[in-house]
Amino acid sequence: MVTGQHPNLDRVWQALEEVKDPEIPVISIVELGLIRQVGYADGRLLITFSPSFIGCPALDVMKREVRLRLQQLGEASVEIKTVFSPPWTSDWITPAGREKLRGFGLAPPPPHGGDLTAVLQQAARCPYCDSQATDLKNSFGSTPCRSIYFCTSCVQPFEQFKPL
Amino acid sequence: MKAEHRESLANYLTALGDDELILAHRGSEWAGHAPILEEDIAFANLALDELGHASTWYRLAAELLNEDPERHPDALVFARPASEFRNVRMVELPNGDWAFSMLRQYLFDASEQIRLSALASSQYPGLAQAAAKIRTEELYHLRHTSAWVRRLGLGTQQSNRKMQAALDLLYPDALQLFAESASELELAQAGFVPQPDGLLVSWKSYVRQDLTASQLRIPDGEPSAPAGRSEHTPHLERLVADMQQVARLEAGVDW
Repeated sequence: MVTGQHPNLDRVWQALEEVKDPEIPVISIVELGLIRQVGYADGRLLITFSPSFIGCPALDVMKREVRLRLQQLGEASVEIKTVFSPPWTSDWITPAGREKLRGFGLAPPPPHGGDLTAVLQQAARCPYCDSQATDLKNSFGSTPCRSIYFCTSCVQPFEQFKPL
Repeated sequence: MKAEHRESLANYLTALGDDELILAHRGSEWAGHAPILEEDIAFANLALDELGHASTWYRLAAELLNEDPERHPDALVFARPASEFRNVRMVELPNGDWAFSMLRQYLFDASEQIRLSALASSQYPGLAQAAAKIRTEELYHLRHTSAWVRRLGLGTQQSNRKMQAALDLLYPDALQLFAESASELELAQAGFVPQPDGLLVSWKSYVRQDLTASQLRIPDGEPSAPAGRSEHTPHLERLVADMQQVARLEAGVDW
């Protein structure tokens, strides 16, 4: 039985907001949409976690950090449940999170409403000058979630957070 | 689920994981050696993704076998003799030249799209959900490798010749990807996995379209029956020895 209004829930969400992506340290796992649910069940704190790119080594780092933060809050019994359904999508990144990505120099993933194939045809928008005169240089970048582009308007290479 | 189905499905998933793991190992061997930096990065990423997918299939297998999902994947990867791996032979072959590695990755990625689309409607919910999730990531793989197949097939005479040579070698072995494994038909009848012959037909027509458009010719004559997944080339043993070398220095250590 998951109760929605447990007095600790706000503190738990605040603690989760403190957990950042180690490879994009400006954005939290909540803003990335990785946390689907938080609740107490039979005295246990249950965190439902939706992985972005399954093979991303940063996911384990983030889960360790979640445990650590919640232990510091005095949560003795925490379960982090990984769920694949519905599959994580970059559409879940919050508007505030998108702005932080842009400020970090990463083009935020365009929302696609489930039609990933269509969005893959579009040129990325440069995070520096907002131009769409950009060329895809590599679908793969320095982390599983990044593609490499070049902006022909401001003559600057940049990375995009991949739409997924 | 019946006990025998649990075990068969676990074996099926372990074989899928083995394909991903061994191909990931080969892909990682390109790190620092690919012809251009972008492709170095791309192959490392492809390998990392496939490794994550392998780990997902192994965990699902662990759940079916009531094994610890944290420990079981490591046991499969680091403590199993090469003779017990169930990967197709195509993925264990040495990397060869760039054309060979790229075409192999493409043939595999195409098979993944076909298989994962079908597995997404498996009657085993954990499998259906994982397949749907992994399929979205795989779109990037196929986009990348199909673009390279076209670029190399239509590039120069030399690149086309190398790609054709790779295709002649790889195509008969690639058919093994959908060779029916033990008890697969039973699993298919129960709705847990798709019918392998249907997948093979879809995959063939899919790759034929891309390869023909890249001026590559599918070799004539198919093996009457592809080898089973327990038959390996001597290359696998060397690969597994390399992969397990560090883990075997001290069994059971946390790292």
